[in-house]
Amino acid sequence: MKFFSPQLNSYLRRFESTLVIAEHNNEKLLPITQNALTAAKKLGGDITVLVAGTKCGSVAEQLSKASGVAKILVADNEAFLGFTPESLTPLVLATQNQFNFTHILAGATALGKSLLPRIAAKLDVSPVIITIIYHHSVSFTGNAILTLKSKDPVKVVTIRGTSFEADPLEGGSTQTEAIPAGDYKTDLSQWLSQELSKSDRPELTGAKVVISGGRGLKSGDNFKMLYELADKFNGAVGASRAAVDAGFVPNELQVGQTGKIVAPELYIAVGISGAIQHLAGMKDSKTIVAINKDPEAPIFQVADYGLVADLFKVVPELNQKL
Amino acid sequence: MARVLVGVKRVIDYAVKIRVKPDKTGVVTSGVKHAMNPFDEIAVEEAIRLKERKVAQEVVAVSCGPTQAQETLRTALAMGVDRGIHVEVSDSEYEALQPIHISKILAKIAQDEKADLVIVGKQAIDDDANQTAQMTAAFLDWPQGTFASKLEKIDDKLKVTREVDGGLETIQIKMPAVISADLRLNEPRYATLPNIMKAKKKPIKKLTLSDLGVDTTPRIEVLSVEDPPTRQAGVVLADVDQLIVKLKEGGHI
Repeated sequence: MKFFSPQLNSYLRRFESTLVIAEHNNEKLLPITQNALTAAKKLGGDITVLVAGTKCGSVAEQLSKASGVAKILVADNEAFLGFTPESLTPLVLATQNQFNFTHILAGATALGKSLLPRIAAKLDVSPVIITIIYHHSVSFTGNAILTLKSKDPVKVVTIRGTSFEADPLEGGSTQTEAIPAGDYKTDLSQWLSQELSKSDRPELTGAKVVISGGRGLKSGDNFKMLYELADKFNGAVGASRAAVDAGFVPNELQVGQTGKIVAPELYIAVGISGAIQHLAGMKDSKTIVAINKDPEAPIFQVADYGLVADLFKVVPELNQKL
Repeated sequence: MARVLVGVKRVIDYAVKIRVKPDKTGVVTSGVKHAMNPFDEIAVEEAIRLKERKVAQEVVAVSCGPTQAQETLRTALAMGVDRGIHVEVSDSEYEALQPIHISKILAKIAQDEKADLVIVGKQAIDDDANQTAQMTAAFLDWPQGTFASKLEKIDDKLKVTREVDGGLETIQIKMPAVISADLRLNEPRYATLPNIMKAKKKPIKKLTLSDLGVDTTPRIEVLSVEDPPTRQAGVVLADVDQLIVKLKEGGHI
């Protein structure tokens, strides 16, 4: 589209329409949907948001306050318990058949990444991962930026949350409408249970400050001082793969290529050497601080401020002085 | 479960710092160390364990790529896979292949081989797409168990523990099914020398795209591949007090 003149561009955009698949837990909208909304607005054209779940009325209500949304479709059905891709895919396909969207968007979360490729395959299109609109980055561990042009008629896209501001969900009053009932029950899959870590801290991918620990912490107990430090900043705690593999902290705290991608205002890496895979998850942070006793650690190559010191001395001192 | 199909990809070794080609058409791959995608090693290990537990009878590894993909298949065979299938494509054809094409190939082979389970890694560390399992499942209309960290067969169903954003989730899916392996599913074994020698005698069947009848028309056009913006060199501070000063300057405290 960037190859056309602005006039033609806006003319074409009138025919564009985007479906944003909302992610939520039936009580609250997850912040990633707000990032996806911002991305959808950058595309131009009509925006429709699909809220599917079991008793998701309050989520739809939250979304109705977003500006620039043409339609909110609500699909409330027991079939969507656990948000299984096997039940949601036919719903999205039915919605697509009715409205013919040019773009289908969701956040690049565990759910978005499970669901969108399944939808794309059913539409026989190739899904893409976007970081900046029209710069569809598919990364080599974040070490290369690929700009691509999709030739498919429908663009199915997962949005990297850290690359877009969150939509404030203000200034709008969109009516919600129920999607025509369909039979979305499937015997292919069944959601059984979940074990989610409970924490009062901000969510890792949305936190303004992230304090991460690595193998250098030596034990899960020693992470206590990182939690203490995080509390000073109202920040979240993350970890390197080494710390997760060693059992110091649970998997969902892993920051990196295969874990969470974060881009906070401040990232403090404690006892993390800075392997390529870890850097891929945090090198877009605004300010990076590294605390490591090895002056050769690669983390110092991306850190704005480095402290070459024993973390067991420095972190308690920092906690005491802050 | 009669047969498990496991998809393996040859990628640039995870420890290599990749270089972008000066003409911005891709990354330098020639003369660069390659290895099996780490997530695929985990997929292979899980498939072999299913066979060792007598849950599966046969494990077949599939790789799509140029001639060198055979090395990756040999690695899988040395780990304990029974036989290999190499879908051979030229270098130029391979560059244009995406998960949508690979998924169609895997789905076709899964049907031809009458597989009951397809296991692949959750993502390849080169394109980071994280799409192949999901798309293969969709083409087959089979359920999917993505980002699996635990797998258990109960009658004709699979109980899958998945790594999701806030923790873990357990689902039950009907067989046949597609699984994508997360890092914590298992610890892959090393192939021993005797097994590497034995693997040389195991069969690898060659197939072409036309054998499979899969349309591999490119769906994307790569406009450019570039280096990401580099960060400005930082400073090393002398002590905690200096760090606190910097954090104050930055408005963090």
